[in-house]
Amino acid sequence: MVFNSPTASVAPRRVPLLTRIVGAKSPTQARRALWAYLFMLPWLIGLVVFWIGPIIASFYLSFTTYDVMSPPSFIGLANYHKAFFEDELFWPSLLRTFEYSLVVVPVGLAGSLFLAILLNRGLRGTNIFRTLFFLPSLTPAVALAILWTWLFQPQVGPINLALSTIGIKGPGWLASDVWALPSLIIITLWAALGGNTMLIFLAGLQGVPESLLDAAEIDGAGAWAKFLHVRLPLISPTILFNLILGVIGALKVFTLAYVATQGGPTYSTWFYALHIYNEAFSYFRMGYGSALAWVFVVILLIFTWIQLRASSRWVYYAGEEG
Amino acid sequence: MATGEVTVHVTPAATASSQSRTTLLVNLAWSVMLIVMAVIFFFPFFWTVASSLKKVSELYVFPPILFPAVPQWKNYLTVLQTVPFLTWTWNSMLVVVLSTAGVLLSSSLAAYAFARFEFRGREVLFIVTLGTMMLPAQVTLIPQFILFHDLGWIDTLNPLWIPSWFGGGAFYIFLLRQFILSLPRELDEAAVIDGANPFQILWNILLPLCQPALATVAVISLIGQWGDFITPLIYLNSPVKFTLAIGLNFFRTVPDSGGLPTDHLLMAASVMTTIPPILLFFVAQRYFVTGIVMSGIKG
Repeated sequence: MVFNSPTASVAPRRVPLLTRIVGAKSPTQARRALWAYLFMLPWLIGLVVFWIGPIIASFYLSFTTYDVMSPPSFIGLANYHKAFFEDELFWPSLLRTFEYSLVVVPVGLAGSLFLAILLNRGLRGTNIFRTLFFLPSLTPAVALAILWTWLFQPQVGPINLALSTIGIKGPGWLASDVWALPSLIIITLWAALGGNTMLIFLAGLQGVPESLLDAAEIDGAGAWAKFLHVRLPLISPTILFNLILGVIGALKVFTLAYVATQGGPTYSTWFYALHIYNEAFSYFRMGYGSALAWVFVVILLIFTWIQLRASSRWVYYAGEEG
Repeated sequence: MATGEVTVHVTPAATASSQSRTTLLVNLAWSVMLIVMAVIFFFPFFWTVASSLKKVSELYVFPPILFPAVPQWKNYLTVLQTVPFLTWTWNSMLVVVLSTAGVLLSSSLAAYAFARFEFRGREVLFIVTLGTMMLPAQVTLIPQFILFHDLGWIDTLNPLWIPSWFGGGAFYIFLLRQFILSLPRELDEAAVIDGANPFQILWNILLPLCQPALATVAVISLIGQWGDFITPLIYLNSPVKFTLAIGLNFFRTVPDSGGLPTDHLLMAASVMTTIPPILLFFVAQRYFVTGIVMSGIKG
């Protein structure tokens, strides 16, 4: 170190400008860095044109009124004022979205975990069952909505038939303003329970070391205790990952409602993403739509932040003491 | 196995200890639960396929009929004749193949740079890249629409696949980066000695080894693009340009049959729309599952 220090302090001045710009210490490294930028170029362009640019643009547009045809004109905070105080669908649509998410996220997580536990027991035919559970999540959302509209058909649908055999008169499901939201929740759960979330849980469960389970058994732990005190803590990072993605996914709900109910009946399934779409692309209120989108981003950020903050209380990372 | 269970039930004390009997009963209970769940997950598919093969007269009877008396395969033909279903399928295939090709090429380039090179700004860029995964599409949708509008790309397939050629998306870059990191650097160094440039190293040495990861990316991208609804909904106006996803919705809302019931046809169209992703899943199940799991465990 000591012997090298004179050369080291002189060297940077001799390094060509370009080499220093790319953060390299020698021409060879500089050449490699230039290759890297070349490889990165498509994504750099994509990042600027399709992500960072639009984010900045939509922030600016949220303070304007803009219909695509004539140039945007600046109106200050008027869009935000309109959203919070004048738009009669703003709060109800947020509320609907929260109601939907409040059921879909916890029930979805618990259900996926339950299915993963079922599959993790290594019973016969597990692979076939895993595939069967997974199939619904491969169904395109449009087909999903159409298929379930038919299953929920009030007069001749199989669901109301099944209910009638046990003496219950089935509701109008998607056509009823009371039952439309629960119907969409049922469809979402059917499609998502056995999907990616379940696969991730399954992999998490399979990663729990046998030795820990054996040790717990020697200490007298039963099946439930082993689950609660060994498996659950070890897969808690996986639960957090699925929770964060689940919340984002649920709050974004769009296609299912757009196809199955068009937000109705009487706005009972008018979700927030539907509201943004409608303002921006049915009425071409791009400025107002952008403001709504930014409110949405802030809400998502707050949710994610809360979850990450709260996670230190219940997520256990192996290799970390405490 | 089955006979073993029976004996246990009949004379439990004589054949098995109470310990193994409990295990058997527990396993039996779990198996029953598995089967119940499987029925719940499978029935809607069965009902859709059965309905797609019914006559109109069999559709609206109460109580409903499970199996059509004679399967009406011609329903599928009627769909093809009623709406431009084949055109939509072609459009969907075009979009899906073009965008997946773009995803594979451009995301492996970015992944290679992240995994194997030192350059200024790499860490920041990586965090920004991962950050894009958390952003809802709604924020970028409006400015992107304006951009494509100004480019004159409205009512063309361009907005559906050209963006995929610019990096393909953070998830794919991340997945491939993880995979390249797991390959030994000695491979690269040996190739350098043989006089290969960085691009040749990627193309001739690393990418062939990345085949499982590339297959994962391809399958996830193909299935995702196939079902994409909001992008074609926003950009496409004329029915001949539609992809299957919005074509199906168009078919539902604008039945071109003079007011006749079309539910059986809708079911047939839904079946045809759902078959390609399911087929692909069966062919490439292994890659698909690995990819999903990788994203969850290492994410």
